[in-house]
Amino acid sequence: MSLVALRGVAKRYATGTLALEGVSLDIARGDFVALLGPSGCGKSTLLRLLAGLADPTAGSLSWQGTARPEIGFVFQEPTLMPWATALRNVALPLELAGLRRRDAEARAADWMARVGLAGFEHSYPRALSGGMRMRVSIARALVTRPPLLLMDEPFAALDEITRFRLNDDLLRLWEAERFTAVFVTHSVFESVFLARRILVMAPRPGRIVAALDITAPSPRDGAFRTSGEYAAQCRTVSQALADAMAEAA
Amino acid sequence: MTWLRLLAPAVVALLFLACWEAAVRLYAIPPYILPGPVLIAQTLVRDWGTLSGSLLVTLQITLMALAAAAGLGLLLAILFAQSRILALSLFPFAVILQVTPIVAIAPLIIIWANDVTLSLLICAWIVAFFPILSNTTLGLNSADPNLVDLFRLYRASRWQTLWRLRLPSALPYFLAGLRISGGLSLIGAIVAEFVAGTGGSASGLAWRIMESGYQLQIPRMFAALALISATGIAIFMALTLLSHLLLRHWHESATGGH
Repeated sequence: MSLVALRGVAKRYATGTLALEGVSLDIARGDFVALLGPSGCGKSTLLRLLAGLADPTAGSLSWQGTARPEIGFVFQEPTLMPWATALRNVALPLELAGLRRRDAEARAADWMARVGLAGFEHSYPRALSGGMRMRVSIARALVTRPPLLLMDEPFAALDEITRFRLNDDLLRLWEAERFTAVFVTHSVFESVFLARRILVMAPRPGRIVAALDITAPSPRDGAFRTSGEYAAQCRTVSQALADAMAEAA
Repeated sequence: MTWLRLLAPAVVALLFLACWEAAVRLYAIPPYILPGPVLIAQTLVRDWGTLSGSLLVTLQITLMALAAAAGLGLLLAILFAQSRILALSLFPFAVILQVTPIVAIAPLIIIWANDVTLSLLICAWIVAFFPILSNTTLGLNSADPNLVDLFRLYRASRWQTLWRLRLPSALPYFLAGLRISGGLSLIGAIVAEFVAGTGGSASGLAWRIMESGYQLQIPRMFAALALISATGIAIFMALTLLSHLLLRHWHESATGGH
C-alpha cells in the first residue's frame, strides 16, 4: 500500500527554470527511500513538494487517506532557534500544536534521550557541536511521531566519523519507529547504507531515471559498511548514476 | 582584556584633564573664556541644587521619549511586517520625519502642542524613533527562511510565527536600534529645549547652558555640559548591559563571537 503516489509531477519556478518534469513514483508505507543525484537535479524540490512547502505546476500527488499526513522535516542545516535551549527547540512542534509547555517538554526530553542527548536539554544550540545540533533537529522532527520523515541532505556538512554514527542511529530509530523515510543525498555510499530503495535522479530537467532496490540485511551496522555485499551494491548504484549523468550530458 | 578596556580610556581621560588644568593655570586663562576642570567640578558641587533639578527634567523627557520610541517603533514595525501594503505606504513618511531637521520643525510642534513638556517629548521622540522602526522592521524580516518553512509545515498561526519566530529573530536588531535611539532621544530633548527656551523652575540642562551663557557663568555652562555627557554615557552603558543580558546565550554580538 503506497503512502503517496506522484503522477507526472512537474515544477517550474517563476524564473522559468524547469526543476522537475514527468516525475511518477510511489512511496510505500514504512519504506526508506533515498533520492540520489547531483546538485540541481530537483531532489530538494521534490522533497518540498512532498512536504507541501511548494505546489507542483503539473501532475498530482495523491495521499493514502486523501490528506497529507503529519510530516517531520530535517533541513540541510540544523535550523534551530538560537535563542531557545535544545529542549525548547525539540518541544516546538508540540507547543505549536497546542500542547501545554510542561507536557511538551516532558515528551521532548524523552526524544532528547532517544537521540543520545540526555543531559544537554538546557544547552543552547551554539554550545553544541554540529553533530549534536543535527541530533536535536532529528529529535524535533520525530517528536510528533510523524508517519513521514523527510530529510534534505542532513549530514552533508558533517565529518565522516560523525556522519557514520548519525547514519547508524537514524537506522536504529527507523527500525524502532517504522516511519516512512525519504532521504535526499548526493552520496552513493550513504544512500546504499540507509535506503531500501534508491531513486536515481538526473538534472535539466530534474527527473527520476532509475529505481534500485537494495537487498541487504536488516539491521544494518558497521559490519555491513565493510562487507563485500555493500561494495557490490555501491558499484551498481554508482554505475546507474554514471549512466544517468552520461545520458543527461 | 576587560581591565585594559576600562583602564586605557580612563588614563587618557585623566591625562587630558591634567593637561587642560595645567594649560589653564600656566597661561592664566580667565574662567569666563575657559575654566579648568577643578573649577568646573567645584561649580558642579556648589550649584548641584539647581543643576540636579535640571538634570532630572532632561532625564525624564529623554527616558519618556525613549520609551515611547521603543514602544511605538516596535508596534509600527510589527504592523509593517504583517502588512506589506501598510509598510509600503507608510515607510516613506517615517523617512521624511527622520530626514527633516528637528530644529526646523520644533517651533511648529511647540505652537501646536501648547504644552512645553509634551512638545519636548514629541521632538525627542521624532528624533529617536526611526532607528528602532527601521532596525526592527529589518529584524522581523530576517528570520531564517528554513525556520519560516518549519513553522509553515507545522501550520503555525500568524500569531505563533510572530511571537515565537519573528520577534526573537528581531531582538538583536531592536536592541541595536535602542542603543542608537538612547543617544538620539537625549540629543532630541536638548535640541528641543534650546528651541523652546523655557524658563522657570522646571527647566532642563539646555536651559541652564543658555542661562549661564547670558550671565557669562562659563564654569556652570561646562558643568551642565558635563552632566549631559555623563547622562549620554550612562544611557549607552545601561542599554549595552541590557543587550548583553538578553543576548548572552545565543547571539554572536554578546558572546564574543567564538
